[in-house]
Amino acid sequence: MARALVNVPKVARQGEVVEIKAMIAHPMETGYRSGPNGSNIPRDIIRRFTCTYNGEEVFSADLFPAVSANPFIAFTLVATTSGTIDFTWSDDAGKTQTASADITVN
Amino acid sequence: MHEDPLRVYAGPGVYAGMVGRRQFLRAGMTGLLAISLPRWAVARPSLEEAIRTFTGGANVLDGRVRLDLPPLVENGNAVGVTIVAESPMTEDDHVRRIAVFNEKNPEANVAVFHLGARSGRAMVSTRIRLATSQVVVAVAEMSDGSFWSSRASAIVTLAACIEDLS
Amino acid sequence: MHALWRLAAVAVAAICGIVSAAGIEDGEKRSGFDFMTPQTQALQADDMSNPGMLWVLQGEQLWQQAQGRADVACSGCHDDARQTMRGVAARYPAFDAATGRPIDLAGRINSCRAERQQAEPLAPESDALLALTAYVTHQSRGMPITPATDARLAPFRDNGRRLFQSRIGQLELSCASCHDDNWGKRLGGSVIPQAHPTGYPLYRLEWQTVGSLQRRLRNCMIGVRAEPFAFGAAELVDLKLHLTERARGLLIETPAVRP
Repeated sequence: MARALVNVPKVARQGEVVEIKAMIAHPMETGYRSGPNGSNIPRDIIRRFTCTYNGEEVFSADLFPAVSANPFIAFTLVATTSGTIDFTWSDDAGKTQTASADITVN
Repeated sequence: MHEDPLRVYAGPGVYAGMVGRRQFLRAGMTGLLAISLPRWAVARPSLEEAIRTFTGGANVLDGRVRLDLPPLVENGNAVGVTIVAESPMTEDDHVRRIAVFNEKNPEANVAVFHLGARSGRAMVSTRIRLATSQVVVAVAEMSDGSFWSSRASAIVTLAACIEDLS
Repeated sequence: MHALWRLAAVAVAAICGIVSAAGIEDGEKRSGFDFMTPQTQALQADDMSNPGMLWVLQGEQLWQQAQGRADVACSGCHDDARQTMRGVAARYPAFDAATGRPIDLAGRINSCRAERQQAEPLAPESDALLALTAYVTHQSRGMPITPATDARLAPFRDNGRRLFQSRIGQLELSCASCHDDNWGKRLGGSVIPQAHPTGYPLYRLEWQTVGSLQRRLRNCMIGVRAEPFAFGAAELVDLKLHLTERARGLLIETPAVRP
């Protein structure tokens, strides 16, 4: 079960610049911390975040261990046509999580 | 303490359990630097080196970018940052990438954001980790190949009652 | 770092020696929210950026999921939590007739699992238990804390008050030494809050995750160099009873964010 919160306005005017917020539950384990027994906690971070608008990539980010746990990213998009905005997060463990939201443009 | 050039890391919480400042200095003085330190402590590129890698050596100009970072941070585990670049964000003239770098974390890179004309505005916000008080730099790459930057510094206060006393 | 710690400890011991335990006047009661920086307040105030909402969301999903040998979901008995759970967290801990003791919300969720769902209990501080507790408590957000008046709770609440005022650990501090007598002052870089449990389970930036009041109480005990009570210990529930009485009237914020 993906635990992600995405905020996309439901309705926008054509050409309007809308703010998008995306947050996902992830420890963003840096690889620089020790566990209770002194052993290294292995690195596990989300490396890449992408956002597509009706299938076309419109925003992406490469993340490093200095991005906080449960990463939050806010950015803007031009509302062009009605459709779906998809979000994908990929981590070190090879796990990919997704979320999506619909937008109506008029 | 903040001027100390050898102070790689000495704050609790974020990267708790790593080599402390005293231990670092002691190791340095006895010539055991390379074997007693974790890889990153020696290998981390400087802030300027990291920026140079991002720009490919191109000249970085001041301006056209604004980096919002709170000057006083309650907890370095989640520091809100917003970067805004001045750009019309058209097909011909837009921001391609915005990168964020730090001065004193174990790794210099924080994040690289890929934008384009469809972004509408060159504005991104995120939350970052700051291991200690330090400088943060944002660099924007424009579609004409020019690089612009802005820097800000934050004081990270130490939490009083932390769970992990190591 | 340790030198700094010792200095802080000596400073606290010094200020605490001067003042005696008095408690907080009703008009002066303030949530920990008021002591945070505007940045941390903003993080809590916007549900789209408050990371605690990720656990509330998970709790909402778990609420609908059939569990255990009984193959029944929380919603199977309690229907829509938005209606049936509204105000419930505001009066917890409650008296549990089966054990003859007070029980907190996480304890109630686990006893429901055992008795109704015939499922294994969820581990303390597991994401699932925190998520369900946060989801149920979130239904009371904005409502005043109104502790149950059940007379059977009184001896346990008294024990909680006694624990709150007892000096413990190598630093010989009680909860009251800091949170009744010295709230608003600084301990190192942090402001000492009044210790009202208004927002649990909450997202603590130090933890980088959501945690329970029990985790925070253990955290404080470790801070004064005392042996912390185990998760689920009766003492922690008694302390919570006292804390909710002490916070009576303050509004529930779950999921709160704290530094």
